[in-house]
Amino acid sequence: MKEIVSSLPGVFYRRPEPDKPVFVEEGDEVKAGDTIGLIEVMKSFQEVKAEADGVIKSIKVEDKAVVDAGQVVAELE
Amino acid sequence: MINVLKPGLQTTVQDDGRVGYYETGMPPSGAVDQYSYAVANMLAGNKKGAAVLEITYMGPALEFQEDAVIAITGGVIPPQINEAPVPMWETLEVKKGDVLTFDFVKQGARAYLAAAGGIDVPVIMDSRSTYTLCGIGGFDGRALQEGDVLSIGNMQEKEVKPGTRVTGEYIPEFSANHEIRVIIGLCSYRLTEESKQRFLDIEWTVTPEANRVGYRLKGERLDFVPREQPFGAGSNPSNVVDLGYPIGSIQVPDGIEPIALLNDAVTGGGYAPVATIISTDLNRIGQAKTNEKIKFISVTLEEALEARQQNNRKLAEVKQMMQSS
Repeated sequence: MKEIVSSLPGVFYRRPEPDKPVFVEEGDEVKAGDTIGLIEVMKSFQEVKAEADGVIKSIKVEDKAVVDAGQVVAELE
Repeated sequence: MINVLKPGLQTTVQDDGRVGYYETGMPPSGAVDQYSYAVANMLAGNKKGAAVLEITYMGPALEFQEDAVIAITGGVIPPQINEAPVPMWETLEVKKGDVLTFDFVKQGARAYLAAAGGIDVPVIMDSRSTYTLCGIGGFDGRALQEGDVLSIGNMQEKEVKPGTRVTGEYIPEFSANHEIRVIIGLCSYRLTEESKQRFLDIEWTVTPEANRVGYRLKGERLDFVPREQPFGAGSNPSNVVDLGYPIGSIQVPDGIEPIALLNDAVTGGGYAPVATIISTDLNRIGQAKTNEKIKFISVTLEEALEARQQNNRKLAEVKQMMQSS
């Protein structure tokens, strides 16, 4: 299992825009470099990306929740 | 030359600030943590005022196109050369072709990277600092982007031996709970006595809106003394007739979320500044991250000046250590 962590503190978003579908659901297959979510901090948005290929086992953070730098946002299998 | 392979979140060229233009509406910019900035320059053997890179939250990836001497200070964003961890607060040697990267931020928010000679960008109004809101100074008036190429200047005054370190009391520690000293005023008379006390009692949380312009804090609502607003003041009770904002001043628009103004902030306006962060602690608030806690401690002007002298003494001692190394 691999952890996907946020490298930044900020607000975690699961969708690219409020009315768009989520980037990934639990059980989705992802490739290294795929976007899992966005972190908003200092009025800018940074993508959180999968660092390896795999299946999203669980998403650990709710949409729009506040995360710390180094916090696990999802687990990959 | 230094190639910017990845820019990081917000990496800007900064120095000791564009001082002397405040009355024209130009904030000083410059490194938010001036202590860590100054020590980075000393470790690199630079003259006072040389420009460095200010790294925020997430470090850049930089490829050196020449041999260089560097030093990294400030918040703990652990540096690595060619993927091997290297110490902060120490003079380091890098070779042509070396790649400098950073791990996740562990402590604090901002790190400072000095290169012997300084980062060479044009001097605009006596400073190399980047003021991104106006797009002046630094590297093209903006944060670094992938593909930028930085030049190293000739601001070196001394060869500092690689491995030279500062230790112990000279390295500030940044926890997730920050005590920030303030002087109450200029317009604290606008707050009710109860709110004035609450301002000092509450543990404030840093919101995601925290950058070089200002830090917005969350806690609870503060109340202003009801009054008929004077001519020239806005209609909200948090408004006063426009005045110059001290750097580090804290305003509370509509009583909701206090905003501490930092190095890139607007220089004046019509919100009542209720307290001002002492200059020494501007170094520390700039190291507070989103989600961390801030408690304001009220001090007198004498205590603030003593803190500044202590800070300057510490810097003089570090300088002395470099001279004798």
